[in-house]
Amino acid sequence: MKKGYPRFFLLPGLILLIAIIIFPLLFTIRVTFSSWNVSQTGLNFIGGENWAEMARDTRYWGSMLRLFYLSFLTVAIQYALGFAIALFAWKGIAARRFFRVLWLIPMMTTPSLMAIIWRSIFTEDIGALNGILSRVGLNPVNWLTESGPANIAITIVEVWQWTPFMFLILLAGLLSLPKEPFMAAAIDGASAWKTFARVTFPMMAPISIGAIMIRLIDASKIFDSVFTMTRGGPGNATETPAAYIFQRSLQDFQIAYGSTLALMYLILAILTLTIIGKVFARLSKPRGI
Amino acid sequence: MFTKKVKSLLAVALPVALAASVVVITPASAGGTLTRTPGQEVSYKAYGAEYANVATTADGDDACSWYETSKKDYSGKTLRVLTHAIPNMGKPTALHAKQFEELTGGKVEVEHVSFGDLYAKQLRSYQTDTNQYDVVFNGSYQIGDFHSYYAKVPDSVTKGKGSLATLTPLYKELYKWDGETKLFGIDADRHFLKYRTDVYENAAAKAFYKSKTGKELAVPKTWKEYNLHAKTFNGYKPAGQPAGLKFAGTTEITQKGGLMFGAFIDRVAPYAKNPNVKGGFWFDENMVPQVNNPGFVAGLTDFVEATKFMPVGGKNFDLSKEIESFGRGDSLLSYTWDDAWSKSNEPTSPIKNKVKAAPLPGAEKVWNRVTKKWDTPKGGVNYAPYIAWGWSSAVTAASPSKAMAFDYLCFWANKANHKLDLTIGDMGVNPSRTEDFTSDFWVKEMNWGKPAVDSWLGTMQNYEKNTNRVFDLRVPGVSDYMTAMENAVAKALAGQATPQKALDEAAKEWNAITKRVGITKVKSAYQNVIALEDNIK
Repeated sequence: MKKGYPRFFLLPGLILLIAIIIFPLLFTIRVTFSSWNVSQTGLNFIGGENWAEMARDTRYWGSMLRLFYLSFLTVAIQYALGFAIALFAWKGIAARRFFRVLWLIPMMTTPSLMAIIWRSIFTEDIGALNGILSRVGLNPVNWLTESGPANIAITIVEVWQWTPFMFLILLAGLLSLPKEPFMAAAIDGASAWKTFARVTFPMMAPISIGAIMIRLIDASKIFDSVFTMTRGGPGNATETPAAYIFQRSLQDFQIAYGSTLALMYLILAILTLTIIGKVFARLSKPRGI
Repeated sequence: MFTKKVKSLLAVALPVALAASVVVITPASAGGTLTRTPGQEVSYKAYGAEYANVATTADGDDACSWYETSKKDYSGKTLRVLTHAIPNMGKPTALHAKQFEELTGGKVEVEHVSFGDLYAKQLRSYQTDTNQYDVVFNGSYQIGDFHSYYAKVPDSVTKGKGSLATLTPLYKELYKWDGETKLFGIDADRHFLKYRTDVYENAAAKAFYKSKTGKELAVPKTWKEYNLHAKTFNGYKPAGQPAGLKFAGTTEITQKGGLMFGAFIDRVAPYAKNPNVKGGFWFDENMVPQVNNPGFVAGLTDFVEATKFMPVGGKNFDLSKEIESFGRGDSLLSYTWDDAWSKSNEPTSPIKNKVKAAPLPGAEKVWNRVTKKWDTPKGGVNYAPYIAWGWSSAVTAASPSKAMAFDYLCFWANKANHKLDLTIGDMGVNPSRTEDFTSDFWVKEMNWGKPAVDSWLGTMQNYEKNTNRVFDLRVPGVSDYMTAMENAVAKALAGQATPQKALDEAAKEWNAITKRVGITKVKSAYQNVIALEDNIK
């Protein structure tokens, strides 16, 4: 009795875990084997019909491919820009504190609100961007109604909003680096580029991987900007899985099918991010160890 | 002079008459802070600068007039209302909620959501049995999904001096399900064509058209002509064009999720609604979807072509943008709902009195789904106007405050409010009652041009008599069907698929929806639609 007693202290946490993670997950799995929709509510059993339909759903897989492109591209740009700005702030500039706060503003703003502002900028008839383009003698661009420009618009918004996150993490990393390797590089007469390539960048690798992984996880859920700016259009050109699942589940009210899509999305996200994490970990391991 | 008998009679009668007159003319104010007298002027001016230019009118003598409503006392009671985002329908709902509160002392909580959420939020409330709303607003075409959750509209509203007593017969029928009025009809929509008279009635523009096409310019009778006019005048500068504003051929609803399905139906209907083929426009007798038949494909092909002649940003216009764009003078032509028409007739509109209405264009051929061939229509053109769903509302069957809810809706739609709401372009309220079809109000009180008003009212009245009309797919799961169709159309408009391929995908999706909802259920509900299409009701 005495031995088991401390285990009771785990109960509140365990109950919470079951209530908010285990039960919803198991329930969702069960829902995927039903036909719960607008006119058939509740849990019947239809076998793997939803899973088979998902396998044939080209719109879903198309959105998945789009997500890969959008998330990898945006995170790569965010990383490059964030690193550059962090180096800039690390090396010391005038009014450093002011700029540090300024660079964080996009990240501190509500994503959907930001997307609304960006939508008004990109709006083709009365938006600021086309207004500027016409002032300099360029033709207006169909930012939200043509596939290519719409994807560029979404990328710009994502990069603008989340580069500060990279900046923040990487700057913290840079500030925590030991001074000795830099002093040694300076004594050896290393150029600024060599110091960056051989000292700064390798030492920043673990922090970089952490920041990239966090952003990839977050970027895999791209929704606010897409839904607010283009609603997945034109056609389905900017539709991400999150937007598609939202459409199926909460607009069309196909609860069972939407759950199937969401579950597959979760499985794929876990698998992909685990593989990426492993690859990064291997790449960042110092050679010879 | 008076006999004793008469004097004693007067002594009794005079005080009684005096007392009675005091009762009659005493301003009523039971629960609210606003007092009203019968026939008193109704004005929205106190409710914000946006109403500064709105006309005023006398209070009506109907059962839910301002005066009658002010006699009610709903102090301490609350009404939960789910409505559309501002402005379309959201604006009048909020305005009349405030007025109702002032008159009755009750509280009206209004929740504004997007059109898609109107459907989803209602559904969630019903399916989870949480009874979140007393009053809901929706598109009347959703009646197939929701009728069982709605309370029957009382006869006191639909007859006698009730707000809905004078609805046109067609719409009285549309707001019923199995013979019972389930929807509180506050609107009625018939899509029609709007065209700029500073082009169609201008000699220079006519000469320009002839020099470009070799043809005489006249209001388009077919969608092919419509596209040709849009193409020819795209970039033209009409005599009455507002300064600094570019001129495009056509303004249409093109945004997925922005009610684009309505525009698509307009373009498709004359190609696919064959007056000689009975038994179903949307499905055939075996419930095979017709959404990808050659008639639908022809309509979509025209729609895709028209995107080249739209204003900048026009490929992403929802209804609000369409109203705004045409209302400010962006284009030669437009169609769908009345709102852009009202907008262009508002006192501040730069194209006021430069717009007329006409029936929706037709098609020079119509698909026959029985013979699988194109038919040549009698008279050369097949017309098939789309009687689009109107905004409607309902009181939920589970509401604990049904009487208050119906009083609120009845006040919302009383004679005076209805009249004023009609004149405000973005309110979403369009002519639905017999008295709305007299030109006097529009010409004398609203100062709209008589030729324009006559063209508009005439077009709508003709629709009431037309026997080759298309109605919404009023069956369970209608939103899924429309979403699937819109998604396919959006893909074609974006150039991601050919019209045929996109609509084939929609047909596949429709089969899946029918299977999901239940073929028997859909087929049974669809018989009501066929009855409307084939003029059986």
